[in-house]
Order: sequence, then structure tokens, then C-alpha cells
Amino acid sequence: MTINPDISVLLSSLELKNPVMTASGTFGYGKEFETLFDLNRLGAIVVKGISLKPMKGNPPPRIVETPAGMLNAIGLANIGIEGFLKDKLPWLNTLNTEVIVNIYGHSINEYGELASAFKGVKGVSAIEVNISCPNVDKGGLVFGKDPEMSGRVTETVVKNTDKPVIVKLTPNVSDITQLAKAVEQAGAHALSVINTLTGMAVDINTRRPRLGNISGGLSGPAIKPVALYMVYQTARAVKIPVIGIGGILNAHDALEFMIAGASAVQVGTANFINPRATIEIIEGIGNYCIEKGINKIKDIVGSLITARQG
Amino acid sequence: MIETYVKILSNTCITPGIFLLRFSSPGLAAEAKPGQFIMVRVNDGIDPCLRRPFSISGTEEEGVVRVLYKVVGKGTEILSNKRAGDRLSVLGPLGKGFDITDPGQHLFIVAGGIGIAPMFFLSQAVNKKAVTFLAGFRRSDEIMDPASVGIKQDISIATDDGSMGYHGRVTDLLEQEIIKQRDNAIAIYACGPLPMLKALSSISNKYRIPCKVSMETFMACGLGACQGCVVRSASALDQISYYHVCKDGPVFDINEIDWDNI
Repeated sequence: MTINPDISVLLSSLELKNPVMTASGTFGYGKEFETLFDLNRLGAIVVKGISLKPMKGNPPPRIVETPAGMLNAIGLANIGIEGFLKDKLPWLNTLNTEVIVNIYGHSINEYGELASAFKGVKGVSAIEVNISCPNVDKGGLVFGKDPEMSGRVTETVVKNTDKPVIVKLTPNVSDITQLAKAVEQAGAHALSVINTLTGMAVDINTRRPRLGNISGGLSGPAIKPVALYMVYQTARAVKIPVIGIGGILNAHDALEFMIAGASAVQVGTANFINPRATIEIIEGIGNYCIEKGINKIKDIVGSLITARQG
Repeated sequence: MIETYVKILSNTCITPGIFLLRFSSPGLAAEAKPGQFIMVRVNDGIDPCLRRPFSISGTEEEGVVRVLYKVVGKGTEILSNKRAGDRLSVLGPLGKGFDITDPGQHLFIVAGGIGIAPMFFLSQAVNKKAVTFLAGFRRSDEIMDPASVGIKQDISIATDDGSMGYHGRVTDLLEQEIIKQRDNAIAIYACGPLPMLKALSSISNKYRIPCKVSMETFMACGLGACQGCVVRSASALDQISYYHVCKDGPVFDINEIDWDNI
């Protein structure tokens, strides 16, 4: 029996005390959840996407609930890099957890500038590159759906940073493994899979779209099976670590992703439903290891047994 | 602000479609201020999965919190079927409430429909005589007896169909009352549907009366993290900017909101 399982994970050169992170855009800049649980227990905090200049975001309504999930079209509203460095990062640095900065640019140059701006900045452990937001006009998705452009953005960020680079991929393509391979080739150290699925909802009384932006990104338990399969496919297609994201609510969900090939997970919409979800998942993963006699959580990553293997 | 499971003490139908939920949470009751809200998880399953925001309608001794709500959809339907003894996950109190430290004015409390929910708490907390409480409803059968929610304050009623009280809109009734109080310093605190708040914006400007309103939007987190609950701000004329109802509000000065582009 395992008494004290090792649930730390390694994403390229980035070591996390456990595999559970908060997904960008669902956890603000961390402080919003400060009084609800001990944030130091998180594997990492991935902050809201940051652009060079502050962004106001999309007109309301920005969110609508759908069966077992929600659509959002926030439009990357954020305080910009200057505001982040001045007002948010100093407080985040008082925490004993890794801080991963999610960046979003309007052009390849902007991605490069953002990456440079975090060069040598203490307390930022890694860069997550958002090339997959479905909710802005000239959005990252322009880059994120095309393997060649995704590769070029990745190359630029890698060239301009001293930190591990994680690239967040869109599921809104016919073959996610082509993107994954292109991004790996371009030097990414890890992949986040998946961002939201594009969708919409209609009010039949007013005949208007339920979102000001017409379309939005679907998240929550509804997308979990889709995300899980994409993580499985991606993890088999690349050698770099894959971070599983998509409708994870509890430890059971997180473990499914890890067995399917994810080295770590991000929890998103669940933070709205149960603000303590991340902590319960960390505890649940530990308990699973104890129950199953697993010494190191790393050992279950990609341990899926398929019929083909007998 | 806390996230906790609470035990329902009662959950009763006050008038068709309107329920009064009472639960015990000494921590929440002690901290709650009029105008603040809570996020309630109505079931443990995944559909619906998001929490629902509700205004706090009052507190009782021994740490009881009251929530008056209207059944409008799947979430409130599920909530209305809860019984005494059932458990609920509650997050709060959240947001900025009404400023009640401002005596010396004649206060008009104006409510429209279920917008009366936070105003009961306000009337409970505003401990002074110079209060006029006006409430508008579509029909008399929608009116709830203040005594049934533990409120002693007299309320002047307006109904759209004239089936009780003043025949017409509550904002028209307000205007009549304002004229009577012309010599006093007046303030208006209000909560209700958008057309009512827009009408209040005109009245507030016409008579130069300070006015605070409580706003309602869809919300996912209630904590300022998701940025989903925005309303257009009036502060920047040539530039679009937004307030987050959960953090910047839900109570705003009426002049802070862009009522033409909401």
C-alpha cells in the first residue's frame, strides 16, 4: 500500500507539486478566489489571457448556460501587460505556487513582444500561448487553425523567452494532431488541449442570438468526451507533454485525462460551479494513488490499455 | 465571503411563482449587507451546472438568511422543489450593496416585480422613519404581503392593470410622491426591470435626485473572475467600457450606467 504517493509532475523543465492547474479565463488573476481556499496548494495558476494593451471585451450578453455547460464570448477582456505586471503579479508572487502567464496577440510580432516582456520576470514560471480563442474578430484563432501559422507564432515566442512555452490548441479543426505536430516542431515545450468548442444559442422568443457576439466557446462537462479523445490523439502524436483540459469537474475526470495521455490537467468551468474543485481534485488524485498502490502519479500518464494491446 | 453548505429551514410559496427560502448560516447573516447577493448551487448534478445569483432579502436573529425568488427557469424550478432539511451550497455575500450610512435624507425605496427582493432587506436595515416604500406589480395577484416575509414597513402599491393601489407605473407614482416631498433632501434606492430603471434615470435627472439602483445580469462565477456579467458604463462617452455587475455592483449610481446602450 502506498502511504505518501508522489503526485508531482514534470512539464518539460517545469516541475509542479501536483498536476492540477486553473484554466486561463476561469480563475481571474487568482486573488478572486483567495478567501475560498489555500491557493498555495494548486499545481499552478494560469492567469487570464494578457494582451499588450488592455482590452474591453465583447458586448453583453457574454455568457449563456447550455445543457451541462456554458457558452462564453468574453472577448479576452484584460488589463494589459503593464497592468498585470504592476497590479497583479506582485501579489501572485507572494504565493507558493507556479504562475503561468497566458498571452494573446493580434499579430505574430505582438506575440513576440509579449514573450519578450516576460523575459527574466521573476515569478512567471511559464508562458501559455493562446492561439485558439474563438471570440475575437481578428483572434488568435486566425493563427490557431493553420498548422503553419501556429508554428510561426510558437517559433517567435520560443525565440523571445527564457521560459517554457506551452501552446494552447483549438479543437475547432478537422485534425488536431497536425497542429500539435507543427507546434512541437516549432519548439513548444508542452501543449494545452483543448480550448473551447465554437457554438451558439438562440432565444426563440426574440429570435436573437443569446450572446452579443453571436457565437461563443462551449465549455463544461458537455465537452469532456470530445476533449478526452483529442488529448488521447494528441498525446500519441507528439513527444512533448500534453495538458488535458475540457469539462473536468472532479478527480475521476482528471484521472481519465491522465490515463488517456495528459501529463497534467487544467480545471476551468468547474471553478464557477464549485470554487474548491481544484483542491478536491488534488485530494482525489492522491486518494486514488493510495487506493491503487501507485507510488508516482507520473506512472499513470498514458497508461490506457486498449483492446489492441490485449 | 464564504462557500458553505447550508440547511434549508423553509422554502414556501408566498404567491404564485414566488418563493421565500430561509436557511441557517450565521457567518453569512452576520456579514450580509442590503443589496448584496449569493450564488446558489441548486443541484449536485451537471444540468444546470452553474450557480444562480440571488439577492439577499433579509436576515433574522440566530443567523437565518432569507431569499425571496421568482421561478423563471430550470434552476429556480429545481430550487422551488427543495424542502426543509435539504442542503444547498451557497457562496457569498458577494458584491457591493446599498450605502445605508447616509441618514438625514428622505429615502424612497422603489421596487418593480421581484426586484422587491433586496429592498425588503434594505427597508429592514434602514432604521429611520423618513422612508417611503413604493412597489410596482403587473397585477394584484403578484403582490406579496410584506408580513409574509417578515417586514413591517408600509408599502404603497402600484399595479399596471389597476387591480390594486395606484393604477399605473410605480415610477409615475414615485413622481407624484417626489413632488410632495419637494422641500426635503431626497434619495432614491431602487431595484426592478430595465424599463423601470430607465424611467428612474429620467426622473433622477429631471428632479436632480441622487439615485442608486441594483442591477441584474447573467453570471457564471459571481467573483469577478469570468467577466461575463458586464453592463455598459456611462463614464466614457466616446469609448466603450464596462462594469462587472458582480464586483463593481450590483448596486450602482444611476448615472454610472449607459441606459441608452444597455
